[in-house]
Amino acid sequence: MVRTLLVRGLLVGLLAGLIAGGFAFAFGEPRVDSAIALEEAHAAQEAPGHDHGEEELVGRPGQKAGLFLATGLYGVAAGGVFALVYAGLRGRVGPRSPGGLALAAAGTAFAAVILVPFVKYPANPPAVGDPDTINSRTVLYVVMILVGLAATAIAVATARRVTAGPWARWVAAVAAFLVPVIAAWALLPTVDEVPAGFPATLLWQFRLASLGTQLVFWTAFGVLFGWVSDRAARQAAAVPATAAAPS
Amino acid sequence: MSGLSTPSAIPFPRLRLWLPAVPVLLLIAYLVLMDNGAISQTGAYLHELMHDGRHLLGVPCH
Repeated sequence: MVRTLLVRGLLVGLLAGLIAGGFAFAFGEPRVDSAIALEEAHAAQEAPGHDHGEEELVGRPGQKAGLFLATGLYGVAAGGVFALVYAGLRGRVGPRSPGGLALAAAGTAFAAVILVPFVKYPANPPAVGDPDTINSRTVLYVVMILVGLAATAIAVATARRVTAGPWARWVAAVAAFLVPVIAAWALLPTVDEVPAGFPATLLWQFRLASLGTQLVFWTAFGVLFGWVSDRAARQAAAVPATAAAPS
Repeated sequence: MSGLSTPSAIPFPRLRLWLPAVPVLLLIAYLVLMDNGAISQTGAYLHELMHDGRHLLGVPCH
């Protein structure tokens, strides 16, 4: 049972990762190229005469192929973890239909693990970001993910205690989610390493493409995982019915 | 009894058997999204190969 769900999560994750990679390739790569062009023009201005012939470990075509490798592997990892969490939730928390639970869980994952960190520490194109602060920025980003997950757990636990009807339950859940999240947004240190003069439009377009990539991934994953799960449940329900009919 | 509307919960002891898969999956995510050679021992190669994916998946990158 768990094995089936895990394999489903890994495969659907790979597929959704490749779909998200396609979106990122179409809408994100042009922004990455623009940002790198700006970075190189800036570097040439800083040190005129200094040829920018630094050896590249992986060229731009390689990095664009690597994009699909990255989103595909990300999908496998995220899909596998999702499937194990889904296996724990099923029959305990959330919608009763397998597809409904998949959609609800994928939507929650997007909100908690992607949207919550993105609002505080939005994605940045190349040329934005100080290499010396990468460790502290990564730690803060992970802390924000953990805040999102903890807030989700608090929200679910709170909602289960409310017995005053669905509206009260939803209000309690959303409030219990938002209080720790907004506190973390307000209290954690702000990171702003956008260089002066970096085009605001390019930054906005890149961030939109980045958020879109994750939205495409989690939408595709939730829909595909839900679809396969509903189909499997229908088949499982049909088999015992026909097998049990003669007896 | 409809199998569609009331899925049975998977008992926790059976779920626990699959817990070791979680660190493996998180390691894959770490290597793809964050490693700079510390664990993969490939220097910056993995970072450079996954570079565009890291930026576009929204993870902090150099």
